Amino acid sequence: MAEYILLRHRDIPNIKDIGVYQEHGGFEAFRKAVTEMAPGDVTAEVKKSGLRGRGGAGFPTGMKWAFMDNRNWPHYVIANGDESEPGTFKDREIMEHNPFQFLEGVAIASYAVGANRAYVYLRGEFWHIAKWLDQKIAEMEAAGFLGDNLFGTDYSLRIYTHLGAGAYICGEETALMESLEGKRGQPRLRPPFPPSYGLYGKPTVINNVETLTNVPMIIARGADWYRTYGTEKSPGVKLFSLSGRVNKPGNYELPLGTTFRELIFEHGGGIIDGKKIKAIMPAGASSSLLPATDEVLDTPMDYESVPKMGGMLGSASVIVLDETVSIAWLVKKTVNFFRHESCGKCTPCREGTYWMERLTGRIASGEGALQDVETLYSVAKQIQGKTFCPLGEFSTMAVVTGIERFREDFDALVKAEASE
Amino acid sequence: MTDTVTLTIDGQQITVPAGLTVVDAARRAGVEIPVFCYHPKMEPVGMCRMCLVEIGRPMRDRATGEFLREEDGSVKIQWGRKLETACTARVSEGMVVRTTTEQVAEARKSVLEFLLTSHPLDCPVCDKGGECSLQNLTVAYGPETTRFYYEDKEHAPKHVPLGDLIILDRERCIKCGRCIRFQSEIAGDPVLTFYQRGHHTDVTTFSDPPFDSYWSGNTTDICPVGALTTVDFRFGARPWEMRPAASICTLCPVGCNITFNVRREAAAGGKMVIKRVLPRQNEQVNEIWVCDKGRFAGYHFAESEDRLTQPLVRKHGELTPVSWEEALETAARGLEAARGKALTLAGGRLSNEDLFNLARLTDALDGVKALDTFMAGGDLTAQFGLGEGSNLADLGKGDTIVVIASDLEEEAPLWWLRVKQASERGATLIVANPRFTKIERYADYAFLYPYGREAETVCAFLDEGCSCGGEAVQAVADADRLVVFYGQEGMGLAGSRALAAAVARLLVKTGHAGKVGSGMVGVWPRANDQGAWDMGFRPQNGLAAALAAAQAVLVAGADPAGDDPALAAALDKANFVVVQELFLTETARKADVVFPAQAFTERSGTYTNGELRVQRFYPAVPAAPETAPDFAIAARLGERLGVALEANSPAAIMRQIAEAVPNYAGVTYEALAEVSEQYPLIGRDDLYYSGAAYENTQGLGVALKPAAREGDIAAPEAPTAPEIPADGLRAVPVTRLYDRGALVSRSATLQPRLPVGAFVALHPAEAQRLGLEDGATATLELNGGAYAVTVRLNPQAPEGVVLVPRSVGVPVVEVASCELRLAVGD
Repeated sequence: MAEYILLRHRDIPNIKDIGVYQEHGGFEAFRKAVTEMAPGDVTAEVKKSGLRGRGGAGFPTGMKWAFMDNRNWPHYVIANGDESEPGTFKDREIMEHNPFQFLEGVAIASYAVGANRAYVYLRGEFWHIAKWLDQKIAEMEAAGFLGDNLFGTDYSLRIYTHLGAGAYICGEETALMESLEGKRGQPRLRPPFPPSYGLYGKPTVINNVETLTNVPMIIARGADWYRTYGTEKSPGVKLFSLSGRVNKPGNYELPLGTTFRELIFEHGGGIIDGKKIKAIMPAGASSSLLPATDEVLDTPMDYESVPKMGGMLGSASVIVLDETVSIAWLVKKTVNFFRHESCGKCTPCREGTYWMERLTGRIASGEGALQDVETLYSVAKQIQGKTFCPLGEFSTMAVVTGIERFREDFDALVKAEASE
Repeated sequence: MTDTVTLTIDGQQITVPAGLTVVDAARRAGVEIPVFCYHPKMEPVGMCRMCLVEIGRPMRDRATGEFLREEDGSVKIQWGRKLETACTARVSEGMVVRTTTEQVAEARKSVLEFLLTSHPLDCPVCDKGGECSLQNLTVAYGPETTRFYYEDKEHAPKHVPLGDLIILDRERCIKCGRCIRFQSEIAGDPVLTFYQRGHHTDVTTFSDPPFDSYWSGNTTDICPVGALTTVDFRFGARPWEMRPAASICTLCPVGCNITFNVRREAAAGGKMVIKRVLPRQNEQVNEIWVCDKGRFAGYHFAESEDRLTQPLVRKHGELTPVSWEEALETAARGLEAARGKALTLAGGRLSNEDLFNLARLTDALDGVKALDTFMAGGDLTAQFGLGEGSNLADLGKGDTIVVIASDLEEEAPLWWLRVKQASERGATLIVANPRFTKIERYADYAFLYPYGREAETVCAFLDEGCSCGGEAVQAVADADRLVVFYGQEGMGLAGSRALAAAVARLLVKTGHAGKVGSGMVGVWPRANDQGAWDMGFRPQNGLAAALAAAQAVLVAGADPAGDDPALAAALDKANFVVVQELFLTETARKADVVFPAQAFTERSGTYTNGELRVQRFYPAVPAAPETAPDFAIAARLGERLGVALEANSPAAIMRQIAEAVPNYAGVTYEALAEVSEQYPLIGRDDLYYSGAAYENTQGLGVALKPAAREGDIAAPEAPTAPEIPADGLRAVPVTRLYDRGALVSRSATLQPRLPVGAFVALHPAEAQRLGLEDGATATLELNGGAYAVTVRLNPQAPEGVVLVPRSVGVPVVEVASCELRLAVGD
């Protein structure tokens, strides 16, 4: 790619220094927004850019901002830096290496929705990032980009970091808010949605770190420029966290609509030891398993095309599996994760993940019977459609698609048992 | 009128109030939607997923807002992609709900199967077996067999005390969170929580002492499984072995409706015994709750080993068992001799029927009808009380509640709960106390006044320029409905008389007197103090002198000698003393004749609660041998003294009361037994909905009409504050729910929660001045007596005072100068 939009530190080595960031146009977008644009115009520009939420759901960002209830104040902005999906490591790179662009995005979003307080919620393991961002926030305050009467206007903003305590569920926006309020991290009933009832019961915009990092460039260069990347319905660039059995795992910033094949074979350097690719999890542990057929490999990675193949783009953490991987083993790993991370609020997830863990454990260890595979499939199907929040359902995706699409991997294990 | 919504549930069209959940609406339509986590008294959370149903909503044209229609003219319905939880979905116009489809059946079966994977199969030994939501719903909707490997089951501790009163069985818990939400949403004591997560989620308490709440027992009623049990009922009986008996709690003036569960028991020698107390629904009194004192100490005294079971007459200085005949003859002779100089001292724990007969008997002797109390104002509450048509549950926006001189949760827990709820519904709550109590948390305006300024504080609400703030004054003056609770804090007779008069004046002067829904409520020390006033008993100034001067004293339902050494000395001087009692009290020990009385669990009767509601209680167990109800004892004495009193039928006495006491006109036992539909619709054949509380089938009681409804009554004169010591260290009487009163201290269950000995509370600064530390043993010198007390520090106590709880061993009637110092040798 000609120029990085999000991972700009790869072009500009010391962009993490406030002086360097400013030399490259840093905070000009924020200044422009605050001094030249009405808040509604900022939202309109983001809406026009077609930017969609990078946390996984792909909801149009500008529309989310426009939903804020203006009869109820104060408003809050939250940057979701929980990054808890296994296989996702993109927000971390942004915050570690290009922190000011992210924080400027937080600031512009705050101005757009009239928030004077913004929070950066980070997973508990990101304590070093919290410390780092606190330092960067202090530098912004010292330079006059945060605090009272910014750019000589009456707009004031402060940003705070907050560490979670290590729970997958806190990546879910309402559980995150509960956690931020000091309560147990468990999802809230929706509706009401955060733009009307969010943090401390007040209207709140919550966006993923990557989403917000797009915003300064959109304001600086305009929505039309932004739309030159990506597809009509999924404009812009996306960070793809590539991992698994590939030669060059890592974060790749590519336009939305890039194919799996290009990501894995051109950028990722192909499969380790030249093995045959078997399956793809396009959205981390909560993904459906896609068999790596030519049709799948040639599918553009955008919010519309991946679902047509029976998956989801999600946070675009692409896990690649080759012929050496047993899908039964993989399913066991994902179920272990979801059992451990189930918050326990609703029955199907709390009890179902435990049951699935027992069954996948039996099957993967070769102690299972054919009937256990049937039961596992039925338990997973039984969870679907009944959980309190989407994360409960995520626990079943690999199980159901694994059994439907890679049944032979399961049968091989239980058959071995049965023949003894 | 409230807005209504029409919807269709399983083909049945029903119109219900807007805002209802689909679960509640279905219940009104007679359609069962099973739930575990949902409870009609709490906010829905949608956690258990048991109530999943199909919900469709009519489609509208975006431009016109008109319903879109199918070709056949019917409204087009948009069905959800997934099932919805009926507990979180609110009804809307034209909604269509399906609960009988295959998809719904599959969901119920699935959720039950999930719950059962973690649940032990110990129904045969589980206390909840037979009244268990999980058991019942599994039979109705669950899978017949399990697909879960037994060895995969995780086991958990089955005997985890959450506190002194409640035990948790971790294996049985289905994590519905009802107990946790009850404690935080309803009780206002958020002492329970979930900890850990996922499959290891558990309920725990983090208060010290553990599960520190007066409401803990209610969590066992609403627990949908056998996870929470009470220490008194655990392993006590199977639900189907017991029969229910309707009753009324007698421990405070609220008059909670309760049900005793009774069975015949080998361990009790084949006797009928009460196994537990459950709330009985009365949405106008206690809804479906009771406090722990009522539940764990409400009837135990009646089963106490030391009940009197034969009449006693003093012979050669000793109380000697005799026949009823002899005792009655002896008593009648002694009373006859005292004609014109007799005094009857009655306690507010007697029923209206007892009090009526005792009053008639005393009148026949031309005697004094004395009420054993330190609190005045029952004449005024009869005039300006709440009564007919009033319900604390109706209070909300536009209404004002004043609480004065009352630590309401300690004095009348359910009223505390109802006032809290009214405040949460938007009623303006004004609290004036000499110290902050728990109710101030919910107050819009809270005022502190010095002890002795109670009446003055109320009078200030009539004075626009008063220091207590114009807004609060306005809230009183402009209230749609005004309810004033006046309580027991720091006052004796003189103080409470002045306060009651001030409250009545406030009601009259602000135009609230006689209005339905408005009125004054005395937070009485006993359950039937109001009834005692209504039957003609009055507190006596200088009771000691009156007792000493009486030729004969008849004491019923009271223990003056046990309460106060001064009254004990006075009784020694009385010429002839007759006592009707359950136990051989200090007073009974001084008597010439003692009659064994029946407990309320053994007989019928009525109480009049502080809201002027007359309520009926029924016999639950057979009477202890050789005992008689107080009204019958009075009647048999009357027979010998030439006054005809009803001896057998309390219903007949109520007919006489209805004729003789104006407010009680029209009150009959039949009317008291009437019920009408109450919402939420609890009980019936299922338990999953609201828990174990009983549906009320034996009477909601009759609310009296206060006299002010019949015509204007002039405001009482402006009261003058009583003289109380203004400086120096002063002892102040306060009321604690858990005291060492004669009734409560006979409960073994509640024993660990009761104070061990006498204690006083004072401000840390005051303690420091006196050289006392928390927990020190000190000597309290008061009214000529010296008492060993434990010192407790309480930052809410005003400086200069020692808070002395009533009924823990230090007799304290009103504010008095005192001295407090470290006990010698400590």
